[in-house]
Amino acid sequence: MTTITRDPPKLDVVPEGDPRDRGGPAQPLLIAQDLKKWFPVRGGLLNRAIGHVRAVDGVTFQVLKGETLGIVGESGCGKSTLARLLMQLIPHDSGVLTFDGDPIGEMRGISMKEFRKAVQMVFQDSYSSLNPRLPVEDSIAYGPKVHGMAAAAAKSLARELLEKVGLRSNLFGQRYPHELSGGQKQRVNIARALALSPRLLILDEAVSALDKSVEAQVLNLLRYLKRHFNLTYVFISHDLNVVQYISDRVLVMYLGQVVEIGSVDGIYTSPKHPYTRALLTSRLSMDPDERVEDPPITGDPPNPINPPSGCRFRTRCPFAEAVCASAMPTLPKWLDADSHVAACHMHDAAGGHSRSGNPPGVLDPLHALAPAGRGPAPVVPLRPAVVA
Amino acid sequence: MTDITFGAANPAKVDTAPPVKVRGYWQSVAYRLRYDYVTLVFGFIILAIVLAALLSPWIAPMDPQKTSMVYRLKPIGFKQFTLGTDELGRDILSRLLWGGRTSLLMGVVPVGLAVLIGGTLGVIAGFIGGKINMLIMRTMDIFYAFPSILLAVAISGAMGGGMANGMLALTLVFIPPLCRIAETATTQVRGLDFVEAARASGAGTASIIVHHILGNVLAPVFVYASGLVSVSILIASGLSFLGLGVEPPTPDWGLMLSTLRQAIYVNPWVCALPGAAIFITSLSFNMVSDGLRQAMDVKM
Amino acid sequence: MWLYVARRILYAVPIALGVTAFCFALVYLAPGNPLQLLLPPDASAEVIELIKKTYGFDKPIPVQYAIWLGRALTGDLGVSIATNRPVTGEVLGALSNTVILSVAAVILAFSLAFTLGLLAAWFNGRWVDRLVTGFSIVGVSVPNYWLGMVLIIVFAVNMNWLPATGMGSKGSESFRLTDWEQLRHAILPVVTMSMIPLGIIMRTTRSAVSEVLNHDFVQTLRAKGLGEFAVLRHAVRNALPAVLAVMGLQFGYLMGGSILIETIFTWPGTGFLLNKAILTRDIPVLQGTILVLALIFVATNLAVDLIQTAVDPRIKRA
Repeated sequence: MTTITRDPPKLDVVPEGDPRDRGGPAQPLLIAQDLKKWFPVRGGLLNRAIGHVRAVDGVTFQVLKGETLGIVGESGCGKSTLARLLMQLIPHDSGVLTFDGDPIGEMRGISMKEFRKAVQMVFQDSYSSLNPRLPVEDSIAYGPKVHGMAAAAAKSLARELLEKVGLRSNLFGQRYPHELSGGQKQRVNIARALALSPRLLILDEAVSALDKSVEAQVLNLLRYLKRHFNLTYVFISHDLNVVQYISDRVLVMYLGQVVEIGSVDGIYTSPKHPYTRALLTSRLSMDPDERVEDPPITGDPPNPINPPSGCRFRTRCPFAEAVCASAMPTLPKWLDADSHVAACHMHDAAGGHSRSGNPPGVLDPLHALAPAGRGPAPVVPLRPAVVA
Repeated sequence: MTDITFGAANPAKVDTAPPVKVRGYWQSVAYRLRYDYVTLVFGFIILAIVLAALLSPWIAPMDPQKTSMVYRLKPIGFKQFTLGTDELGRDILSRLLWGGRTSLLMGVVPVGLAVLIGGTLGVIAGFIGGKINMLIMRTMDIFYAFPSILLAVAISGAMGGGMANGMLALTLVFIPPLCRIAETATTQVRGLDFVEAARASGAGTASIIVHHILGNVLAPVFVYASGLVSVSILIASGLSFLGLGVEPPTPDWGLMLSTLRQAIYVNPWVCALPGAAIFITSLSFNMVSDGLRQAMDVKM
Repeated sequence: MWLYVARRILYAVPIALGVTAFCFALVYLAPGNPLQLLLPPDASAEVIELIKKTYGFDKPIPVQYAIWLGRALTGDLGVSIATNRPVTGEVLGALSNTVILSVAAVILAFSLAFTLGLLAAWFNGRWVDRLVTGFSIVGVSVPNYWLGMVLIIVFAVNMNWLPATGMGSKGSESFRLTDWEQLRHAILPVVTMSMIPLGIIMRTTRSAVSEVLNHDFVQTLRAKGLGEFAVLRHAVRNALPAVLAVMGLQFGYLMGGSILIETIFTWPGTGFLLNKAILTRDIPVLQGTILVLALIFVATNLAVDLIQTAVDPRIKRA
């Protein structure tokens, strides 16, 4: 068992003189404005579209330079679709993506080829994350070669990167993916993503399939690489402990929408949105005294083809009122790195909810969802995430 | 713990370990085949048949076209005719050796052409998807609506006999199944993460197909095509047997079977010889194809 | 499931249309003027004019196809050049003989192949299995027209037990399975024809049954103390739908691919008709026969799919 202690969260400042930097340190590296992606659902006699899965439904956020933005949510909430939208592997239906001040895919903006160099993705480790027919160093060297690097130079870069991610290039370079363990494959995946010297790395469940001990090693590697290569991370995971460990800020998604954004401490110590609270309470505590008997969140998420009217969480929310069904709460405008906002009527003074301006979270943090009459919840000290 | 430990503050050490030797996919397939004796034996039979056909001008005892009214329909072992003579007094052994040329050609060429055409169409359909896929695959479905012999007979029956028409008909017969195999394999590979990663690194369609798709599609297409060679030989000989493929007096196993059929009451076992040649060849290709299928089923 | 049935039937329509288009195009594949291909060489000028009018040869090709399709749908497939009789009659007359062969061959193949395939799966890896597997490869590798000749040589020429060719003196008009004299004529062609389906059904049975036997639920059955025979019965019940589907497809292949065997045995079915048409370059008969056989093949595939959907509870197609 390895215990990871966590550095105090701080936003790294982009060092002076990164030649790739265009907008200056204050310019967010990536801005997503009202991104939407609906997938058609086909059926019926003629296989026509009979509905849409609203996988990503109007998502707005910013990724600051040098930070790690964690994205959490249940499976099926649109995290992976969002990753692929950010990566432009699938086109978005509407909305704007801006990279370091330049709109993507527009006339005066950054070209797709440049964008592809600047943003890379690490996929979840699986049998399909590396080409089974290529030695891993060829997989790493492929990207640079696409961008015009000579084969020999690309190969030596690949071997250098293998060393950087902790794999001896002599031992591993010529191997095929099936000859590597999960952790080793994930190191190769990271090396492949780094091969184009990107500025932003999107990590989609990058450590979720690994053993816990290996997961800790890879997380440490990611922290090291971030400093070494001056990277910015978008870290997508369903694992709350991992996200808490690695992130500077955290974004919570529910059914294709952002419900809460804030600093990691803000989210984990004083969550605002009932969904975030429910998620955090659902973590199994290592301390037997803190275990909750009944699961605080029940049922499956509603069908994303026909999401509930108004607030999408209202069907599972203990504080739901009439207003939640009639009006959709909006995420307040996000201001700076320390802002902590939630899309909930209770946190909107003009929300029309009986608890508007007086949300329950302020009164009894973390255990606000405990049934009434149970008495005040114990005060829970925030503990470092323990990786078992 | 087997993983290489690596501390965040601890950059990689220089090491002097020699590079490891690892086997790639095709090497491990070859390694497996080396110990599959049944497949090896049939592989050698194919090799012998191919060599005999190639070398027929030198090893055939007689001119395969030379007729003789005196020596018509002689039995096996009659004088210098080791395997007897046919209805025109031609030496069966020489004609069998020469006939291997056309039969093998008719077995291999249509499959090769169909791999090229059908494989390309399938990869395109699978990779692009959408309307293009619909167009290509629904057209293939129409040709799937014919049993393969019927389709071959229909095309070469309408166009008339001749080896070129026969090959064309067979190629058309084999394009749909190969297209479908390639399309299925491509569709499977296309959605995998490493292809997404290649796209994410800015690679174009052509580069992704060449570097990431083909390597993974080739194996199933190759296995299937190796099985088709046997089918192709059977149907081609069948076409010649019906008077649709190779035209007389060119020696061909199917054609020989057809002309010797008239002599079945005179010299039955000589009549069966060309068919035996077809059978052995087709069986060998099937066995080797089976061995390949097993050897290539390497989990990677 | 009904939605799937409707969709599957709807899906067969464009394929059937494509088949008709292909058969129509056969005339244009053939070298020479399509008009002359459809007429006897000694046709008079008036006849040529009449045919030109009725088939619309002076109109563009799509119109010609529409006219041809319209006539084909009403059962008019043209007139044979060789016999001057309507093609439809010729094809339908031959069809029943081919059905007799195909049905008998498929039943024979199934009963043998299922037993042997079951044995092979049960004795997985033992000599029975290897023998059966080897035999199934032989079954699909053997040129069945040659096998037919060998059977004729052995049973008709050498031993003189069975007739070599034909359907017997009574001909094809009144074929009855109860008539031993007629049945004798069918034995060799049926055995020959069953070779390929035998090999294929055997393979399918072996792999389907051994797959079921490898499932966890079979271990559960054994753990519950079920006898080996009962276990086998479970395996058979689970493997049967797949095997029956393959059998149905094989029937379709036999119907369409009977030309070589019927030629060897001069069995007056559709294949024999096709062979005659090729030899006499009787394009209308060639076209009509292929159209009918291909449509039967499409219908067989459709039927197999639908029956399998109904029978196999695991296939729930939306």
